Amino acid sequence: MVPISWYLTLSAVLFAIGAVGVVIRRNVIVILMAIEIMLNAVNLTFIALARQLGSVDGQVVVFFVMAVAAAEAAVGLAIIVAFFRNRESVNVDDLASLRW
Amino acid sequence: MSRERATNELWVPTGVGAVLDQYIGVLFTFVIGAVVVGVMVSASALLGGRRRTSVKDEVFECGNPSSGPARGRFSVQFYLVAILFIVFDVEVVFLYPWAIVFRELGVPGLVAMGMFLTILTIGLLYEWKRGTLVWE
Amino acid sequence: MIPTFPAIAWPALLPILMVSGLGLLLLGAGLYTDDEETLGWGALAGLIVAGIVTLVLVGGESVRTFNGTFALDGYALFFDWLFIAAGALIVLMSMGYLGETDIEVGEYYALLMFALVGMMVMAAATDLIVIFLGLEIMSISVYILVGSWRTQPRANEAALKYFLLGAFSTGFLLYGIALIWGATGSFRLDEIAARLPLADESTLLLAGIAMLIIAFGFKVAAVPFHMWTPDVYEGAPTTVTALMAVAVKSAAFAAFIRIFLWGLAPVHADWWVVLWVLAAATMTMGNLLALAQRSVKRMLAYSSVAHAGYVLVAVTSGSADGGAAALFYLLVYMFMTVGAFGVVAAIGRAGEPLENIEDYAGLATRSPLLGATMAIFMLSLMGMPPLAGFAGKFYVFSVAVQQDFIVLAVVGVLNSVVSAAYYIRLLVAMYMTPEPAEAPALGRRPYLIASIVIAAGFTVLIGVLPALGLQVARLSFLSMQ
Repeated sequence: MVPISWYLTLSAVLFAIGAVGVVIRRNVIVILMAIEIMLNAVNLTFIALARQLGSVDGQVVVFFVMAVAAAEAAVGLAIIVAFFRNRESVNVDDLASLRW
Repeated sequence: MSRERATNELWVPTGVGAVLDQYIGVLFTFVIGAVVVGVMVSASALLGGRRRTSVKDEVFECGNPSSGPARGRFSVQFYLVAILFIVFDVEVVFLYPWAIVFRELGVPGLVAMGMFLTILTIGLLYEWKRGTLVWE
Repeated sequence: MIPTFPAIAWPALLPILMVSGLGLLLLGAGLYTDDEETLGWGALAGLIVAGIVTLVLVGGESVRTFNGTFALDGYALFFDWLFIAAGALIVLMSMGYLGETDIEVGEYYALLMFALVGMMVMAAATDLIVIFLGLEIMSISVYILVGSWRTQPRANEAALKYFLLGAFSTGFLLYGIALIWGATGSFRLDEIAARLPLADESTLLLAGIAMLIIAFGFKVAAVPFHMWTPDVYEGAPTTVTALMAVAVKSAAFAAFIRIFLWGLAPVHADWWVVLWVLAAATMTMGNLLALAQRSVKRMLAYSSVAHAGYVLVAVTSGSADGGAAALFYLLVYMFMTVGAFGVVAAIGRAGEPLENIEDYAGLATRSPLLGATMAIFMLSLMGMPPLAGFAGKFYVFSVAVQQDFIVLAVVGVLNSVVSAAYYIRLLVAMYMTPEPAEAPALGRRPYLIASIVIAAGFTVLIGVLPALGLQVARLSFLSMQ
C-alpha cells in the first residue's frame, strides 16, 4: 500500500503549485487553470482521506466540488469574455483602471 | 463463489516491492512503445529518400491544402456554447451515483432527481427563450 | 449498508424555498418585461412575504433536518431575517437605479434572490459541506451581479477581480474542510465539536483551521486578504456594492461564527491568537487606508474593511457574549451601510458616478434630506451615541474587556477615534463647504430615498433601544447549540 501521507503530500504540492500559479501568472485563462489545479488537489485529498477513514463521504463531496467548479468556471469564462470584448486583453496587468 | 476463486488464482504480490511489482506491466508498455517508435522513426529517416517540393514544405493539415494561419480567432459563439456545455455536462454527473442506488432510494429518490432535472430544464428553457442557442 | 432517503422537515426549508421560487419567477418574468418597477415590486412583495413567514417561524422550536446537516434555529432565522431585510432595501434602491444602467433587470433581480438563497443556506448549515454549497450559490450569483453592467469596463474589471480572488479563496476553504475532515472524521459541526477534545491537535487540524481562516478572511475582507475590496466595491454597480458590503459579509460571518464558536470552540486556544492579530490589523489598516481616499465609495469600502475588524474582535473572544455582540453588530452595520451606499447611489448619475468627496460639497443645502440621512449614517458608523453604531461598538468592546482582551479593546477604541477623521471630513464637505456653482441637479428617485429613510429610521431606532436588539441577538446565538 502507498501510505496516506504520500497522497496528502502530493495533493499539498499540487495545491501549492496551483496557488503559486494564481499569484505569478499574468494570463487570466492560465490563472483559471491554476485555480482548477487547486480544486483538484483538494479532490485528491478528499479521495485519499475517504479511503483512509473508510467513509464514502469524501467521494460524494468530490462530486459536489466538480459540479461547483464547473459552474464557477462557466461564470468565470463568461466574465473573461465580457472583459475581452471591452478591453481586447486577457492579461491581468490590464486590470488597472481601478487601482489594484 | 466464483469471485473468491478468481482472487485466489490471481498472483497477489506481497512484501516490500509489492506495489512496484503491480506496475511492472506498465513499465513494459512504456519500454515497448519507446522501442517501436524509435525503430520506426529512425528507419524512415535512414532509409527514406528526400525530395523537397513546395507542396511538401507546406504545413500538414490532414491532407487538405492549408488555409489561413493556425492562430486565427474563433467566433465568440464557440465560447458561449462551450460555457453552456460545461455547466450542463458536469451537472449530469449527479445522475451516476443516483443510478447506482436507484432501486434502494425508490420513489423519493425519483422525485428528488425529478426536481433537480426540472430546475436544470428551466435553465435550458431560459437559454432557449433568450435566443442563446441560435447560431448566427 | 442500504441507502435510505433521509426524512426532510419541509417547514424548516420554507424561507429558502420561498426565496428560490421567487428568483425563478423573476427570471421567467424577466423574459416578458424589463420594467424595473414592475419586477421590483414583485421582488419586494415576495421578500416581504418571506420576511413575515420567517418572523412567524421564530416562535417554533429548532429543527434539524437532512441528516443533521441543516438547521432551522433562532440563529438561522436571525440571519434569514437580516438577509431578507437587506435584500428588500436593496431591491428598493435598485428600482431607482437600474433604469440608468443597461443591466438586464429580470436577471438582476433573479440573481439577487439566488444570492440571498445562498446566504440563507450558509446561515442555516450545520455541516461544512453545506456551508460550502451555500457559499458557492451566493458567490457565483454575486460574481455575475458585479459584472452585470456588461458594457461598463469598470464593472467588467471588478467582476474579473472578484471572481479570481473569490475562486482562489474557494480553494482554501475546500482544503481547510478536507483537512478538518481528515482530523475529525466528520463534516458535521456538532460531531466535530464532540470529537475535538479527543482528537490530538495534529498538524492536519491546525492546517485546516488556518485554511478556513484564510478563506473566510477573503470573504469578510479582513486584512491582509482585503486587497480586492476597494476595487471591487468601487467598480460594481452601487446597489451590488451595498449587497456585498452588508449581506455577503454578514453571510460569511454567519458561517464563520457558527464554525468557530461552535464546531471549533473546543480548540479556542489554538485559533484566538490568529484572529486577534487579524482583528487588530483589519481595524487599523482599514481605517488608515480610508483616511487617504478621495472617492467616497472607496472610503466606504475601506470603512467596511475596518468594520469587519470590529466584528472579528467579538469573534476572537470566543464566548457566547462575543457571539451575541457580533450578531448585534452585524444587524446594526447592515442598516447603516446599506443607507450610506444608498446615498452614494442617489448622488451618482448615469455614466457619471460623482463619487468624489468634492461632489458632496454643499449637499446639505442641495438636498437637506440626503444630507441629514448621510450625517446619521456617518455618525453611526463612527460610533456616536445615541445612534446604533455606538451600541454595537460598545457591546463588542465591553465583551473584549470582560474576556481579558483589553489590549484589543484599546486598539479598537483608538481606531474608532481615527475613523472619526474621515467620517467628519465628509460631514464638513456636506455641511460647511459651499455648493459648487455648476453642481448637477439631483434626480428625483422616490424609491431610493425611501430605502435610505427606512435604513436611517432603523439606525436611530436600534440606537435608542439597543438592549432589545442585543437580547434578540443573544437568544439567536444561544439557540445555535
